[in-house]
Amino acid sequence: MNRVASRVLSNAFLLIAAASVVIPFLALMSAALQPSSTLAPRLEWPSDPQWSNFAEAWTAAGFASLIRSSAIIALVVVPIALICATLAGYAMGTMRLRGKGALFAFFIAGLTLPYEAIVIPLYFDFRSIGLIDTYWAVILPLAGAFMPFGIFWMRSHFEAIPRELIEAAELDGASSFRVLTQVLLPTARPALVTLGLLNFMWAWNQFLLALILLRDPSMRTAPSGLGTFVQQYGENIPLLAAGTLIVIAPIVILYFIFQRQFISGMLQGAIK
Amino acid sequence: MVRADLRNRSASANAGASINGAPAPASAGAVEADRVAPSAVGTSKVDTSKPERHRPALRRSHRRQARTALLYILPAFVFYGLFVAAPWLHSIWISFYDWDGIGPSTWVGLENYVAVLTEPLLQRALLNGLGFIVFYTVLPVGLGLVIAAVIAARQRRGAGILRTILFLPQILPLVAVGVIWRYLYGTDGPINQVLTGAGLGDLTRAWLGDFEWAYFAVGFVGTWVTTGLCTMLLLAGMQKIDPSLYEAARIDRAGAVRQFFHVTLPGLRPEIVIAVTVTIISALASFDVVYVTTGGGPGRTTTVPGVLIYQLVFTSNRVGVACALATVLSALILAIVAVVGRLGKERS
Repeated sequence: MNRVASRVLSNAFLLIAAASVVIPFLALMSAALQPSSTLAPRLEWPSDPQWSNFAEAWTAAGFASLIRSSAIIALVVVPIALICATLAGYAMGTMRLRGKGALFAFFIAGLTLPYEAIVIPLYFDFRSIGLIDTYWAVILPLAGAFMPFGIFWMRSHFEAIPRELIEAAELDGASSFRVLTQVLLPTARPALVTLGLLNFMWAWNQFLLALILLRDPSMRTAPSGLGTFVQQYGENIPLLAAGTLIVIAPIVILYFIFQRQFISGMLQGAIK
Repeated sequence: MVRADLRNRSASANAGASINGAPAPASAGAVEADRVAPSAVGTSKVDTSKPERHRPALRRSHRRQARTALLYILPAFVFYGLFVAAPWLHSIWISFYDWDGIGPSTWVGLENYVAVLTEPLLQRALLNGLGFIVFYTVLPVGLGLVIAAVIAARQRRGAGILRTILFLPQILPLVAVGVIWRYLYGTDGPINQVLTGAGLGDLTRAWLGDFEWAYFAVGFVGTWVTTGLCTMLLLAGMQKIDPSLYEAARIDRAGAVRQFFHVTLPGLRPEIVIAVTVTIISALASFDVVYVTTGGGPGRTTTVPGVLIYQLVFTSNRVGVACALATVLSALILAIVAVVGRLGKERS
């Protein structure tokens, strides 16, 4: 095969790969802008885009409340998870402790645990102590579930820091907490930003826990609200498409701003 | 280096003691070595140079440091222990009972596990979940290898944008992904419109309502989601392979295809193991997409463990069986992950 042909072929192949990701979004966008009663929107850009569908979907599904719930949960979980993972990762990465290996293995085992394995007891336990239908019902398990990756992530960050840096600070009489806050945290900013973004995404996207532990419609999160919206408005494609775009908008915007962190975080997190 | 030294020292101390007949009580050196060995490389540097007579003080300081370390780990341990590990154990506990979620429960031993392994519906769910590995793992890793190889072959304009696009499905809420594909697969949806437009009207069908096709349709959504992640993982691996290996292959007159099989593929083993592990977990734990697109139907054709667990608890009130299924699912994931990890290590 000559060079030009192979270049054209490989470019065409990559174009197809990219198109297979982008076209579903374009189809969704065009569906969202069709007149809202259209049963089977044509696969073409509408001549008269109905931007009002977004407003209609917003009120029909009560997105104001759904997004508020999601935001509250994510914004409480992320700091909790970051603080706990930093503290634990610091100890695991720099301090001496008998049985540290076993403890680390105990945390890491959580990486393989599906939410299905914990959500049933959580539902019954939380029901009996009255936590069901409170944001804590999702916040607490999510914070716990983020620990394995968070500790793993922060530990590898702290382990990579030259030992001399810590020893020098200790010789100056700095306490372990001062070493963490004054010496190590300034260097940990990129690692923390990436971990925070990933945790935010996982919290925002979480469906199973929100579906089961928040039964009250007024407490629902954006994804679980969308899950219910499908059942109610399944036939009204334009509204459903608009609702879907509303739910994914925050995370997609974050992704476009911080794509480097998202991609490298998920790849490194998998590899390390 | 330091670690090896310590080991040798303690080994010789032990050897010396056992020659004298008595089983060696752990010498100070051995205790130190044991304590140092499993910990991080960095930490072992501190004490090795200190003379013997400082040991008690040193041990005290170790104990203090251990207490400090535990204090730092405590918050994470509380969240993880209370809201992940404990529920998981509780789930195993419930799996030995017959319980409707409201009334009293009765101990039934392994009966629920027998149900999981023999009841057609439960078997079906597990098999459907395992079958998803084809769509979540085999296809994406295969496709990812090809796409990554093409991307890596030469510098291109727009490579950055391409990566951003390919990775995009990975960050979306899976519920939204499910809704998008529910629309695409719809009876009058874009896929059928395109087929009709291309004169293939005979192929159109209600993809998600079709007993034969629904499973493949739903499974393919998994391929759409995970291919980008696999591609990026494999691409990162390809860029780490030593270029001189390709040079050597070229000198041996190996063509592009042989280079791929003899240099690229072996060099990618770690990344392939990771891609396989991560995607198998998402295949077996899949819930969101199925719940939104088909709810497990038509019939039971797309019922996966996650969906069945939900239904067992909230529609059939068989909480014990649901927990047994959840336990089998997590054991299955753990076993497969362990086997994949072992395979990856053995061959390298």
